[in-house]
Amino acid sequence: MDDLGVVIAFWALAAMTIGAAAMLILVRNLMHAILFLILSFVGVAGLYITLSADFVAVAQVLIYAGAISVLMIFAVMLTPLSERDNSGNFLQLPALVLSGLVIAGVTFVALETEWREAGRGSFDTTAAEIGEALLSPFVLPFEIASVLLVAAMIGAIVIVRDD
Amino acid sequence: MSLLANWYDFRDLGNPVARLIEALQDAGLSGGWIYAISGLLGAIGILSFVGVAAVINIWIERRLIGRIQVRRGPNRVGPFGLLQPVADAIKLIQKEALQPDNADGIMFTLAPIVIFIPAILAFSVLPWGEHMVLADLNVGVLFLLALSSTTTIIIFMAGYASNNKYAILGSMRVIAMLISYELPVVLALLGVVLFAGTMSLTGIVSFQETYWSWLIFFQPLAFLIFLLGSTAELNRTPADIAEAESEIVAGFHIEYSGMKFGLFYAVELVNTVAVSAIIASLFFGGWWTYGLEEFIPGWILFIGKIYSIYFIFIWFRGTLPRFRVDQLMAFAWKVLLPLALINAMMVALEIFIWTEYEISAGIVLPIFAVVNFALAGVLIVGFGRVMSRTMERFPKLPRLVKDIDVPLPEPSTA
Amino acid sequence: MSIVLLAARVDLEHVLIVGAVLFAIGLYVALSKRNAVAVLMGIELMLNAVNLTFIAFARFVESPRPLDGHVFVIFVITVAAAEAAVALALAVAVYRHRETIDVGKISLLRW
Repeated sequence: MDDLGVVIAFWALAAMTIGAAAMLILVRNLMHAILFLILSFVGVAGLYITLSADFVAVAQVLIYAGAISVLMIFAVMLTPLSERDNSGNFLQLPALVLSGLVIAGVTFVALETEWREAGRGSFDTTAAEIGEALLSPFVLPFEIASVLLVAAMIGAIVIVRDD
Repeated sequence: MSLLANWYDFRDLGNPVARLIEALQDAGLSGGWIYAISGLLGAIGILSFVGVAAVINIWIERRLIGRIQVRRGPNRVGPFGLLQPVADAIKLIQKEALQPDNADGIMFTLAPIVIFIPAILAFSVLPWGEHMVLADLNVGVLFLLALSSTTTIIIFMAGYASNNKYAILGSMRVIAMLISYELPVVLALLGVVLFAGTMSLTGIVSFQETYWSWLIFFQPLAFLIFLLGSTAELNRTPADIAEAESEIVAGFHIEYSGMKFGLFYAVELVNTVAVSAIIASLFFGGWWTYGLEEFIPGWILFIGKIYSIYFIFIWFRGTLPRFRVDQLMAFAWKVLLPLALINAMMVALEIFIWTEYEISAGIVLPIFAVVNFALAGVLIVGFGRVMSRTMERFPKLPRLVKDIDVPLPEPSTA
Repeated sequence: MSIVLLAARVDLEHVLIVGAVLFAIGLYVALSKRNAVAVLMGIELMLNAVNLTFIAFARFVESPRPLDGHVFVIFVITVAAAEAAVALALAVAVYRHRETIDVGKISLLRW
């Protein structure tokens, strides 16, 4: 991936994604945190596009930015008496240490491993191939995922229902 | 297509741009620059259309609604009131942009600006001519759906930042309604995508060109579902529960004044044009009109189709009263969603028959058209019979709103 | 200057590092926030980072069927949606009884 435009786009989107994610820690209002999370989701979708995964990118925007974040907004709006100051608890320092360890570990592994890079260009179409893969080799996980979605939906309704 | 494809062939504005790009390539510019220049040209074209549309549509809409409601509409400023949008804009710019004390400043200011992004991005995947498309995405239809789902969040931003109970009510209504109407719209488009076998809008238009028929003849039910569902997604009058003036004052933009309000007003018009354009290219062939585009430029035909469909939306707005929230939700979940599911299953069956038995398109497509129209008619009439109560032609008693959901007595044969 | 040169192209390692940073931020948010919704936000961020690495491996690494990585991401997104629905329903249900969704104060089962 040496096309200059794509490289610039990748780094700009990476900076936007990570910056928005970092603001998630810093902002003092839960609603702002959700909006920064949405910005981060959109940034990840942009990263997918630079990695030539257009179908997944659009699905990401549709599901994460369009559905899951709306669920979060609903959850915050339905809990009006709870604190919305986005404050931290006593685990802040251990969490920081652990996060640093994760970054260090993954970076070390990523740089030290000899990846078998294919050197192929970007994919032409992905949607049709993903559809075929979902319905031929992955048909069992696909069906299980749909059962899981139905179960989650029923479970969520049962949990929040008034008795 | 036997277009001349010379630089002076303005039947497809892609031709002059292609010549320009060739000339730039000959001049020795690198790929990135050419990419940037062609993107800029396309963006200028789209933005100029959107800008003109946002100004003109104010006049068209007010004037037409005036006609429908038997009044004149704006007719004082300029000939036929044509300068009314300019006067409106000057008035809005002069007004003070008030901001409530406890409003969330950044979100309050950002929301009316950000809401333009999905509205304008929607135009980038539309094909205006055979070579006249800015971004020919493989997942164009899905991209449009993703854009419409992000609008929800931005409207919520506006409502939440206003720190006003009516604004919050309006934005929660928007979220509930958009989530409900997203499903039938997605399923209706699934029928179209299955039929055309591609998610790219260029591909769908060229499918219609290849089989010499608009997709509305094969997907009437999907067209109706998409039309009604997108009326709701646009917050236009039969479904404008988000800004219902008589219930929650002005909904999510109650606290907005001056040009910030003007932006919300303009984005509604731009969104309507965008949805009209999507309908025109999915169901009415886009720039392709049975060979007529040889004589009249395809993009002018496309704009004509856009405004024809825009007229339907204005017609809705002029004639239909507002639904109640529960009626609107029930309509999405109980009527549109089952219809869309049945339509999608029907299309899957038809495509299976078509590809599995390798019947030629000339035989099978007319049959599909007849079957789908019959199915649409039967389903709509059947659902109407099942879901609606029997009409009472000569009501004996005045009926209050709270009585509407009570089952009616048998009509007496007096 | 060397950093600029290093960033002048995008390789698998770069995407993996971006994913790692994103994962670490998600981990920090999930561990250190009080509000249950914020914890869930951290979890979603972690899932996004994992998806990003899946897409990166599908793009760069040699494989007979590279698009299987994309299929896996679709499954992860599905499971994330289901998980978010159930978790937020739980938060709302807990709020009904306790009037808080502070994960530190929800300690009924703690002995």
